[in-house]
Amino acid sequence: MKPAAFDYVRAEHLDEALDVLANEGSDARIIAGGQSLMPMLNMRLAKPKTLVDIMRVSELSRIERNASTVTIGAAVRQTSLLDWSELGESLPLAALALPWTGHVQTRSRGTVCGSIAHADPSAELPLVLCALDGDVHLRSARRRRRVAAKDFFAGMMATTRGDDELIEAVSFPADQKRCAFREVARRHGDFAIVACAAVARGDGVRLAVGGVADMPVARDFPHLEASALDDALNAFAYDLDARDDVHATARYRRDLVRMIGRDLVREALQ
Amino acid sequence: MSRWQANRRHAVRFNLNGKPCAGEAEPRMLLTDFLRHQIGMTGTHVGCEHGVCGACTVDIDGNPTRACLTLAIQVDGSNVRTVESLAPSAGRLGILQAAFKRNHALQCGFCTAGILMSLDGFLRKYPQADEQAIRNLLTGHLCRCTGYTPIVRAALEAAAEMRGASSMEKSNA
Repeated sequence: MKPAAFDYVRAEHLDEALDVLANEGSDARIIAGGQSLMPMLNMRLAKPKTLVDIMRVSELSRIERNASTVTIGAAVRQTSLLDWSELGESLPLAALALPWTGHVQTRSRGTVCGSIAHADPSAELPLVLCALDGDVHLRSARRRRRVAAKDFFAGMMATTRGDDELIEAVSFPADQKRCAFREVARRHGDFAIVACAAVARGDGVRLAVGGVADMPVARDFPHLEASALDDALNAFAYDLDARDDVHATARYRRDLVRMIGRDLVREALQ
Repeated sequence: MSRWQANRRHAVRFNLNGKPCAGEAEPRMLLTDFLRHQIGMTGTHVGCEHGVCGACTVDIDGNPTRACLTLAIQVDGSNVRTVESLAPSAGRLGILQAAFKRNHALQCGFCTAGILMSLDGFLRKYPQADEQAIRNLLTGHLCRCTGYTPIVRAALEAAAEMRGASSMEKSNA
């Protein structure tokens, strides 16, 4: 339960971190808050040759709000977002989901972008990014690109980020006021057995589900009568291809998707 | 940019419980091991070593943090507080510690140092914390002895005492 040996690089500027990634590729890993990566290092599920700490890169610690989006830099801790005075007004879905993201003791160091980079299928922040159709801002020494949430997540703890890229920021559409969030976990703050987020869009609702498939999955539901909605939610629950594991059976997970889904669709439309 | 080589020891300096502290650490050394083996401060306990149990919780720059998910090298220049900071002097207990003792809020004591550090920082920030807030904070800790009820009772009692103490200080001033 001790990490394998690595070089530790403390970057003061973004370019320095990008240079290390350009030279060392997948042998190097970015560390920000470390609340997802450190357990992987301790268990030696990850054995990078070089760890690049970006928490002292001041340009990454900003939360920026413009007319339509909120952009959160890679060094913004989850606690800092939770304490941001405009959170409830600008990103109400994140305000609902963040108290479920880990515990006070991990949110104090863990970053928003770090949780998204880790791409745990049960994690709340990737789910929120999917539900809101947010973007991941990737940067390498060669280029900059923005990837939509649905194109970023590629499976269990897998993303389409290149080996020489880091997440510079993530952005969320602002002011999606009609939204709802619910989660079932063994202990508040543990990874979700099922987590759902709903956002009203025009007449219908977009429902995103985490903890069931190997990544968060979103689907748009038009405005439906009760029984038609139940059928559509049932189809969605089956399409997520739930599996049995030590935490819950596939059937229980489908049940939760149907029940929570129905409640959240109603709540988001209110 | 600075690079610390693997397999070599490097100087690490930070403030520990209000006093300067220095030691040497390989980049991969966890803060838990640094505190226990380099400094000899064994109050911080090591449980699961992957951030789940909360036994190793310490306060870094005013926030409760898992010492097992923090590299010693990362806290260079920070302010770290551990359970050793809670007693006002040798042989005496701090307010929280005394409340834990009165309420039987520990049995084996393995989880206690971490819980005390979470509660200490939290009650300083939110002296009016209610039972729900305290229970929410305690979700970040595992205790297999007490069933948590005595811990919650001790925390509420300590919070009331701290509020009383701080209002008395104000009226004296």
